[in-house]
Amino acid sequence: MAAVLTAGPATVVATRARRRHRIRVLAFMSPWLIGFSFFFAYPLAATVYFSFFRYNLFQLRPVGLTNYRFLFKDPYAWTAIKNTLWLVVVMVPSRVLFGLGLAQLLAKIKRGGNLLRAIFYLPFLIPPVAATVAFVFVVNPGTGPINGIAAKIGIHLPDWFNDPAWTKPGLTLLALWGIGDVMIILLAALLDVPKTLYEAAAIDGANAWQQFRRITLPTISPVLMFSVVTGVIQTLQYFTQAMVAANASQGNADQAGTTTAPGYPDGASLTFPQTLYNEGFQQFNMGYACVLALVLFAVAMVFTLILLRRFHAFGDDD
Amino acid sequence: MFRRHRRLVTALTATLLATACTAGGGGSPADSGPKAEAPQTIEVWHGWSAPHEVKAFDDAVAGFRRLHPNITVKLVKGQDDTKILNAVRGGNPPDVVSSFSTNNVGQFCSSGALQDLTPFLQKDNVDLGIFPQAVQTYTQYKGARCTLPLLADDYALYTNKALMKGEQPPKTISELTALAKKLTVRNPDGSIKVAGFLPSDTYYEHVPEHIAPSFGVTWLNAQGRANFASDPGFTKYLRWQKSLLDWYGYDNVKKFVHSMGQEFEASNPFEKGKVAMAVDGEWRVKFLQQEAPKVQYATTPVPVNDDRQTTYGGGFVTGTVIGIPRGARHPQASWEFVKYMTTNTDALVTFANGLGNVPSTIPALSSPKLTLPPQFQTFLDVFKNPNSTTIPSTVNGGDFIVKFQSFVQDQWEPGKVSDLHQGLTKLDTQVDNALKLAGG
Repeated sequence: MAAVLTAGPATVVATRARRRHRIRVLAFMSPWLIGFSFFFAYPLAATVYFSFFRYNLFQLRPVGLTNYRFLFKDPYAWTAIKNTLWLVVVMVPSRVLFGLGLAQLLAKIKRGGNLLRAIFYLPFLIPPVAATVAFVFVVNPGTGPINGIAAKIGIHLPDWFNDPAWTKPGLTLLALWGIGDVMIILLAALLDVPKTLYEAAAIDGANAWQQFRRITLPTISPVLMFSVVTGVIQTLQYFTQAMVAANASQGNADQAGTTTAPGYPDGASLTFPQTLYNEGFQQFNMGYACVLALVLFAVAMVFTLILLRRFHAFGDDD
Repeated sequence: MFRRHRRLVTALTATLLATACTAGGGGSPADSGPKAEAPQTIEVWHGWSAPHEVKAFDDAVAGFRRLHPNITVKLVKGQDDTKILNAVRGGNPPDVVSSFSTNNVGQFCSSGALQDLTPFLQKDNVDLGIFPQAVQTYTQYKGARCTLPLLADDYALYTNKALMKGEQPPKTISELTALAKKLTVRNPDGSIKVAGFLPSDTYYEHVPEHIAPSFGVTWLNAQGRANFASDPGFTKYLRWQKSLLDWYGYDNVKKFVHSMGQEFEASNPFEKGKVAMAVDGEWRVKFLQQEAPKVQYATTPVPVNDDRQTTYGGGFVTGTVIGIPRGARHPQASWEFVKYMTTNTDALVTFANGLGNVPSTIPALSSPKLTLPPQFQTFLDVFKNPNSTTIPSTVNGGDFIVKFQSFVQDQWEPGKVSDLHQGLTKLDTQVDNALKLAGG
């Protein structure tokens, strides 16, 4: 009893110190905690909550799992999922490979390299809407010069944004045109590879491919991984270019009382975020739009986890 | 501590109950807020943004300012439906809003985002008969009239006199079909050089909602459900459209349509003399005046199917709407503004002259102050014609028309539909599922 009594004040002091320490930590973390709570946790919780309701921004009516069930019979959502996956599978690797190739080339150029870097980076600086409209105009078979010039030399290019089979490849080309963001970080990574490694490899008789495979790739792979995963997340949120390309190639203008179907032509440019926007802000099915948002969040989360794990793995290697 | 929480809960409950009891309990909304005679400022949101549009609206409002010097009107340009809904939901709406999309009237009225104007209309004995039936339809949803029309758009057939080669504009679908074939000029490889009439949904304004009314279609049945498979009008429209499309050749039409420029550019094929006949809105008159003043053309109502010749003269009608949001701080002054802008002939005519749109009341159509070209008369006649129609409002923003358009453009025209009835039945199910999801 006496021992307990003597130990008591020390324990109390230690507990107080721990509490003070925790409060201090929380105080330092509070800007992040507040931001996280208001801008992430609350919107996420609200999205989950509203997904169980029929909600048109004004009236809230519980509908159980109806919104989730509708996802399985909504043909637009499935078309959008297929298109978005196509873009993830084709557009992301294309951008990374093209960006890497370009960066390799620019890293080797001795004279005029800076000018070329600026030229290749410039399209990325153009606002997406303006860039898309310009691109659609340039490749339009009727009004643009590219298809016309190609036809004169005997090459018949496709009707990119009016042919369902060529719309997504057209969007991929547009993404390759604006490759500046990927190119610049890969170029920085390439320039960071120690030259001594190449010199040692050359002395050992390694050819260019072996040097690339054994030195360049392992050294820049964290940056490559970063490009891939951020590219996937960006592509899952692909919206502006697809929507603008569809409207611009269709040639129609929005008029009072006139509606145009999304995803022109034949749903080929319909992406998942477009469906989400259409459901939420055109049809006012906010509850169902929340379900779509959660699906998008879950898929993006999976890729983010992969990113974190891979980075962790790289950290261990180091 | 518990006691403190209990006090808080009691206070919150009391506040909630007090709010619930007082909300809407202060009598008719037509009498709430400051009197219209009191000095006040009202904020009006509208969607026009081009300088000449903004000026035209400002000119139209000038008369109201003179009539109500106590009411200061603050006009806010370039607003859309999303901004309007967010402002209403945020509890800080403007006093008056105008929307370009009649498709959202169902959402505005059913959700209560815009106030039902019936008490205001009854209080001031406004006769709705000054608006044509189609206009009365697109400004309300299931009896809740939460908007009034602010100018209108309607559609007619434009014919290029030089390309018509002395032929009279068609009045029936068979005449249109025969003329379309006769006036079409092909290149040696069979592609289209000059089109008589392009039946494709992808040609600018040749969308189903503008052409299908000629076949007397009813978009939704009495229960508010999709009617595509049940209404023979849709089948007639689609079969006619496909047969003319096949005469041209689907690929030829596609190539021709895709080689054209944007709808509102001087490269428009009707303005360029590449299309002899085209259905378009009344605004084209002003575009032709500015961009192709040398083109000689006529306007006539859109041809009707041969079994509906008695309905010739009507057409598709739509337009801009205006209303008072829920939570507007100056509802009485707002109503005075809405009433003036939607019923005052001088205001409507000033605005219509500025924009080249149709003034939205029947009395305004015969105003001597209308200074639009003679070709505009057709649009004024179509507007007041009792056979003119519009599309019904729904809770999900005209989703049924979007889905039908997709079906026509992506399935029907390329020949992917082997069984039309089956295809339309499937479409009905999709539309109905979406309507049910939205609570319609």
